[in-house]
Amino acid sequence: MITESIIPLFVAIPLAGAFLIALLKRIKGIPDILGVLASGSMFILSILFLLKMEIAQRIIYNIGNWGGFNEVLGRIVGIQLVVDGLTIFMLLIINFVAFIVAVYSVNYMTRYTQKWQFYCLFLLMLAGMNGVLITGDLFNLFVFLEIASLASYALVAFGTEKRELEASFKYAVMGGVASLLILMGVIFLYSNTGTLNMADMAEILTGSEQPALMYLVFGLFLAGFGLKAAMVPFHAWLPDAHPSAPAPISAMLSGVLIKALGVYAIARVFFTVFGFPHQISIILMTLGAISMGVGALVALRQWDMKRLLAYSSISQIGYIMVGLGIGTPLGILGALFHLFNHSMFKSLLFLDSGAVEYAAGTRDMKEMGGLSKKLPVTSGSTLAGAMSLAGIPPFAGFWSKLIIIIALVEASHMKLAAWAVLMSIVTIAYILKVTRFAFLGALKDKYLNIKEVPLLMRISLIILALVCIFGGLLLIPEVRDTFLSPAVRVLISGMGGGV
Amino acid sequence: MSKEHDPGMTVIVKTVTRLTVGLILLYGIYIILHGHLTPGGGFAGGVIIALAFINLDLAFGGSVSARIFSKASTGVVEALGAVMFLTLALLGMKYGGFFDNFLYNDGNPGQLVSAGIIPLENIAISLKVGAGLFGIFLTLIILQKFESEKK
Repeated sequence: MITESIIPLFVAIPLAGAFLIALLKRIKGIPDILGVLASGSMFILSILFLLKMEIAQRIIYNIGNWGGFNEVLGRIVGIQLVVDGLTIFMLLIINFVAFIVAVYSVNYMTRYTQKWQFYCLFLLMLAGMNGVLITGDLFNLFVFLEIASLASYALVAFGTEKRELEASFKYAVMGGVASLLILMGVIFLYSNTGTLNMADMAEILTGSEQPALMYLVFGLFLAGFGLKAAMVPFHAWLPDAHPSAPAPISAMLSGVLIKALGVYAIARVFFTVFGFPHQISIILMTLGAISMGVGALVALRQWDMKRLLAYSSISQIGYIMVGLGIGTPLGILGALFHLFNHSMFKSLLFLDSGAVEYAAGTRDMKEMGGLSKKLPVTSGSTLAGAMSLAGIPPFAGFWSKLIIIIALVEASHMKLAAWAVLMSIVTIAYILKVTRFAFLGALKDKYLNIKEVPLLMRISLIILALVCIFGGLLLIPEVRDTFLSPAVRVLISGMGGGV
Repeated sequence: MSKEHDPGMTVIVKTVTRLTVGLILLYGIYIILHGHLTPGGGFAGGVIIALAFINLDLAFGGSVSARIFSKASTGVVEALGAVMFLTLALLGMKYGGFFDNFLYNDGNPGQLVSAGIIPLENIAISLKVGAGLFGIFLTLIILQKFESEKK
């Protein structure tokens, strides 16, 4: 079947792109063309998939087509790729953002040397993230997670100045610890169930008693994936790593990497494999609430534009975690919708900060002022992203926050709902600081001669801004049923099973 | 020639290296080609081949192996290995699936020409790993020279 054979291409195309770029780096223009083409074709493929998939369908693809799928001793040995509603949802978000970022980088990355290395690593990171999404095998998930993480360590250090290298080192050490914890979790789980296939694992765990070992595995996975997702006790790498990376990579890291490796993996493992036990619900909500508060309050004090946005990412991840933690269909819908919105507005805001840096040469908001007169597109798109982040109706971010808060009230977590509302007010405060100090006010003399950023950068900013403005339309029932509901259904159907 | 202008280690090390480096290379190739029959394979064999080159550098001083195999060519060979690996995997899609073993399906114990694409994949991996590791070594050498010149 044609749709089935597309699945491995989600990993193969970016890998091929990365290696061909390394091979043909001497030819001028090849890195740009291949980078944009590879990520663009992935986006088109994921749209194709969305249209072809029937509701509640689950496509399984056997890699290698060998004997390992004939149930040796009742277990599947080979690696399976699995695509369901949640996978498609994430694939679309990631490949869309990656495509936009690739287009943006054509102009932006002229600030750096060795552009081919950037596109090569970028595509490797994309291959790793797509791999994490489509795999149905827990160890395979770990391998792809490492590919994406290693590429991102190198990308954070891309500027090779002292600050970048330090941030990258910190990120690499913490990411390495996270990977070790995840690997240990996988080992314990394998020793307990005798299989690595996630669907098999869920089946085996359903009937069994809760051995004490499972709690250890919960802890290991929570810490490991939590570190990748930058939830609060594990967030220390993020405020350094995201500002140090080149702006397109900050957008990728904050927009999609922490979601693919962190939030998606947590959702997949705890919902599909473990069947969402009650303890996890409480832990996710607690950590989410703490992340929300810490991220937002620390962001208030930042003057570096990208650092402020990085702390804001921690806060927004908190909202997503709280939504997932409620565990009701409405809560999960809110969490996934907020995940979508956060990818859009946060990548937009990071790309905007890159555009300001490109034009004005600074990220310090104290030095900016009045830039909206010189950079109309940048300031307009920043405003759209900021309003979506702050949750002003009718921007997309408002609807997702509203759903999460309604879900909290419905599940009678009144205090948490009040906390979420309070923190969204703080969000308005810190994001207004960006628009006020960077774009409004009097224009400083040294910025009299700056020009608006090049065309390709403007196009990508405008597209993302439009998504931020009209993203709320995804909640229209017909659209919701093809895009959001299948993903929610996957997580709901995973609950109840497992441990 | 006086000892001071002679780069590398003593004559004993040089002689031993001269005798063994071919054997190490051969052993690496053996490990790669028998990857589907005996322990080892593309990764281990690639590392051994890279070590043969590194051994030359250690014994004879900085730039001997870089003359045989420059840093730019390590990048090309590494990318070629990866492209070859991926091409073999994608070719399988024509016959039944990603990574489908389309040449033969069965490996015969002890027989070198068997197991279909697995030996070919091993060769691709060895190119990638060997060239990659050697490239890293050359980069470190260049970095060290740069540092010592700065001092």
